[in-house]
Amino acid sequence: MSQTSTPSDVASVYLQHGPYGSGHDPHGHGHAEARGHGAGGPAPRRVIVGYGFWIFLLSDIVMFSGFFAAYAVLAHATAGGPTGRQLFDLNRVAIETACLLLSSFTCGLGYVAATRRRQIETQFWMLVTGLLGLVFVILEALEFYEMIQHGAGPDRSAFLSAFFALVGCHGLHVTVGGLWLGTMMAQIWFKGFRPQIMRRLLCFNLFWHALDIIWVALFTIVYLLGAGA
Amino acid sequence: MSGHDEEWGEHDDAAPGDEHAGGSGFGAIQVYALGLLLAVGLTVASFWLASSGLVWGPGIPAALLALAVAQIGVHLVFFLHLTSGPENTNNTLALAFGVMIVLLVVVGSVWIMAHLNQNMMPMDQLMKMQR
Repeated sequence: MSQTSTPSDVASVYLQHGPYGSGHDPHGHGHAEARGHGAGGPAPRRVIVGYGFWIFLLSDIVMFSGFFAAYAVLAHATAGGPTGRQLFDLNRVAIETACLLLSSFTCGLGYVAATRRRQIETQFWMLVTGLLGLVFVILEALEFYEMIQHGAGPDRSAFLSAFFALVGCHGLHVTVGGLWLGTMMAQIWFKGFRPQIMRRLLCFNLFWHALDIIWVALFTIVYLLGAGA
Repeated sequence: MSGHDEEWGEHDDAAPGDEHAGGSGFGAIQVYALGLLLAVGLTVASFWLASSGLVWGPGIPAALLALAVAQIGVHLVFFLHLTSGPENTNNTLALAFGVMIVLLVVVGSVWIMAHLNQNMMPMDQLMKMQR
């Protein structure tokens, strides 16, 4: 029994010496001659936080792939109801796409301004990002409203159920992202560009760009292919 | 600025979304602007392709999918600053795993459901049997 180390032994050693055993510098700078690729100590917090959020985003995209698969399978199950060709207004979709793409760009500009510690510029670009996102959400809500008014709600056919689930889930993500954006603007304004705030801003930036990537797949598969079919 | 160094200090891994100094020779804003330009071009191409009759009909879905994949690539490289460099190995590998799962879920579902659909009795006959 004394030869084998119990989990609690391992845990206590870990707590005392960290994951790399004794002799490791406590500040996480790593050894100058052995950095990267797992050697020389843990990565800075910024890299760890960003990587963790990256994993979350990928799992979010995997969740979306389930909705995409459901839509692809059910796209022709219209149950005698309206088809995508009759329902989709490509002009509105083009405006929505322009809004989201531009907001992705302004989000990046805001992040660049934040890394340069420019308060007003950061706030301006983040405000533009938020307004473009708001226009997107309003246009999508209008589309849903008109479809439901014309009897093409999610209860009409399997195709429309899958459509509302997929597009609605993306719209919900944009809405939540907008709330997060407002929170970030307030935090930057009142707390300044602290490392902690900058990490959150990095995560928000990743989130907003990921939403745009999902929208690219969405407008291609749902709207453009649906309107053409 | 020790706090700053601890946060942004020299380390061989990059956080996803971080731009790299001295990588491409372009400024940060120029990279975003170039990405926007390419993305707008690809978006306009897909909308134009879907509405004009210039491309052979059955080829449109494949062309649209190719444009979408290209645009997603542009977003990853120019907006998320993903590179093939060693400092991005972790991020790229995680992305590759995600893409694999997405392809398994989507292609697998479409494939299996198409086969099931083919093997199922046509709906009108099914209705007749239930009467």
